[in-house]
Amino acid sequence: MFVYEKSKEEMMITNPKKGLVAFILDCIRWTLSGGVAYYIYLAILLVIMGAGIYAYGQQFQEGLIITGMSNIVSWGLYISNFTFFVGVAAAAVMLILPAYVYKDKDFHEVVIIGEGVAVGALVMCLLFITVDMGGPLKVWHMIPGIGLFNWPSSILTWDVLVLNGYLALNALVPFYILYCNYHDRKPVGWKYLPFVFLSIFWAVSIHMVTAFLYQGLPARPFWNNPLLGPRFLASAFAAGPAVIMMVLIAIKERTSYPIDTTIFFKLKRIIVVAAVINLVMLFSEVFKEFYTFTHHSLSAQYLFFGLEGHDSLVPWIWTAIALNIMGTLLFAFAPTKSSSSYLMVAAVSLFTGIWIEKGFGLIIPGLVPSPMGEVVDYTPSSYEILITLGVLATGVLVVTMLIKPALVILSRYKEGLKQPEADGL
Amino acid sequence: MDHGKKKDAPLKTADLLDSKCTRRSFLKGVSIAAAAGSAGLVTGGCGSVASSEEAKLKWDEFFKKNYRMMTQEEKDATVARLERLAKLQRGLDTRISTQEPLDNVLYGYAFNITRCKGYMDCVEACVQENNLDRQSKTQYIRIFEMDPGQLDPTSGDGKYYHEVPVEDKFYMGVQCFHCENAPCIKACPTKATWREPDGIVVVDYDWCIGCRYCMAACPYWGRRFNWGDPVVPKEEINTKQHYLGNRMRWKGVMEKCTFCVQRTRQGKLPACVDACPTGSRVFGNLLDPDSEIRFVLKNKKVFRFREELGTDPKFWYFMD
Repeated sequence: MFVYEKSKEEMMITNPKKGLVAFILDCIRWTLSGGVAYYIYLAILLVIMGAGIYAYGQQFQEGLIITGMSNIVSWGLYISNFTFFVGVAAAAVMLILPAYVYKDKDFHEVVIIGEGVAVGALVMCLLFITVDMGGPLKVWHMIPGIGLFNWPSSILTWDVLVLNGYLALNALVPFYILYCNYHDRKPVGWKYLPFVFLSIFWAVSIHMVTAFLYQGLPARPFWNNPLLGPRFLASAFAAGPAVIMMVLIAIKERTSYPIDTTIFFKLKRIIVVAAVINLVMLFSEVFKEFYTFTHHSLSAQYLFFGLEGHDSLVPWIWTAIALNIMGTLLFAFAPTKSSSSYLMVAAVSLFTGIWIEKGFGLIIPGLVPSPMGEVVDYTPSSYEILITLGVLATGVLVVTMLIKPALVILSRYKEGLKQPEADGL
Repeated sequence: MDHGKKKDAPLKTADLLDSKCTRRSFLKGVSIAAAAGSAGLVTGGCGSVASSEEAKLKWDEFFKKNYRMMTQEEKDATVARLERLAKLQRGLDTRISTQEPLDNVLYGYAFNITRCKGYMDCVEACVQENNLDRQSKTQYIRIFEMDPGQLDPTSGDGKYYHEVPVEDKFYMGVQCFHCENAPCIKACPTKATWREPDGIVVVDYDWCIGCRYCMAACPYWGRRFNWGDPVVPKEEINTKQHYLGNRMRWKGVMEKCTFCVQRTRQGKLPACVDACPTGSRVFGNLLDPDSEIRFVLKNKKVFRFREELGTDPKFWYFMD
């Protein structure tokens, strides 16, 4: 993912001037500097984003009719991905909590990477919501004051609040820390620590509220289930750290930034616990749906076995379950293995499994059968897939643009701390 | 279709001059442009004058308030703009009403499952009356063909296509049930849908952002989304419209049955009730003790669909 090499001397070059402008210019410079491989990586992202923008242009002109959605499956790939990436965003708390509450040094080293991933995930979430809207130019109708904000009645308004709040927390805290480090200052605790602790609670809230979006609808028995919120959290705390692990492996392999292997053991432990809890809850749900097969189990029937000849989700969900179990087992056993490729396989399989299960494996069956009992299949259109890929590429680009300068600043700051000792000798 | 023309307008000025620009519309265009104080537009020909007026109207429309926050003057202003836009875009003289609910009225609906024979005249009347999209074949009403021994329309066949009535079958119509405790209203993030004092659940199409959360929240599948721009042949457009009812919709907004608010607030019956050849549909004022709907509720065995959800629909089924 992060294909760039960088000599230390180059890193040291800074704007002699200090201040916000110099900070931003240096960040841009560090983001844009890299080897050929890095530029190819950036170019690929930009091409995918371009394709997504083109497809969105079409959707903007023609309407959502060019997607695979219908009056029955009225939410599709966009909302599925939105739901999943809220979880990824929330998972930053799995680094923040040990780093700040338990003062874990290893987590402290990488916490900024977790926050960068969270910001990228939130950008994706907000973009997915925007591309899903029929009238994106009318978003201002939701802004309190000039529009009408149906708060507290509509859970969607809660989601708007918590997602934007979490984005602000996860963008401003690292910004402050990096800004201080850039100027060779130690960040002042009272200025940012309250926000760090706030963000821990906030992380839980973004995912619970997103679950409540679905959980609060008696019209949809598949979602109207008190386990949905807790299960969202468990799967998020498995899939999110898996993403962060993937990013950490990429950084470890591709840059000179030191990442201690103990961090992988610690992350692995978190992932295993969360993944096992997730599987237990999944099993509990499957038991409830199929032991006493009621009218409300039709969605689960559609998801796992197909209904009335419609079975487009069946191969996906079984693949997801297989990947889920495989990823969990890979992380759980061979606990001493920390080879990058081994961990990468485990992380990718767990991530993909949860992405399917909690993405369209959750959203589509909630809408099928329709409240009038009709069963249809949903296949995303190529435009829809292009737009989705475009949003994903945007998120990856944002993460790159945040983490790359952050690592340079942190390395320089650490070097700077060592410097006075060397001078003293 | 209309939108395609519009987009091409600046490019095909010459065509427009040939085909559409009569002397009168040209002069009118000139006067509007002069009033706007932009003489340069005149040279562009009547096509661009019309589209600049259209752009101005659309601009003003974009920044208007939610219907419930408007004063009567603001309502009149938006209606004037919408009527002018209908004229410019479709060449139609429409009348858009903003008639308020009548006093002491709460609408209720009852459906006789013994009488209905599944002719679907109601569906046809609804499509015509409410300017429903012909392209996607949008229907507010659906009729389910049911087997005896069932009272849940989800077990029925909503896609039957054969001669009716069929021996040993009965028919059940569903549409928006205008719940008193409507999950869709609770869900809407922008208060673009609400329940009027006369019990009609309406949508402010201009305020709807198209998130479709209401659609997910409705347990009766009572809402329809405009995935593309709706298509209604010009000669079939019903020009007697209501702001909250059958005025023309566009892509990206939600719509639904409004108990034909444009008719019922003038004391008429909804189109479906009017069209039903078997008299299966009963509509009236629940607050009027002498109304037919009150008679049905008092003297027939009635039930409601999915009563356990606590939505309190204003739509009952009954049998003879």
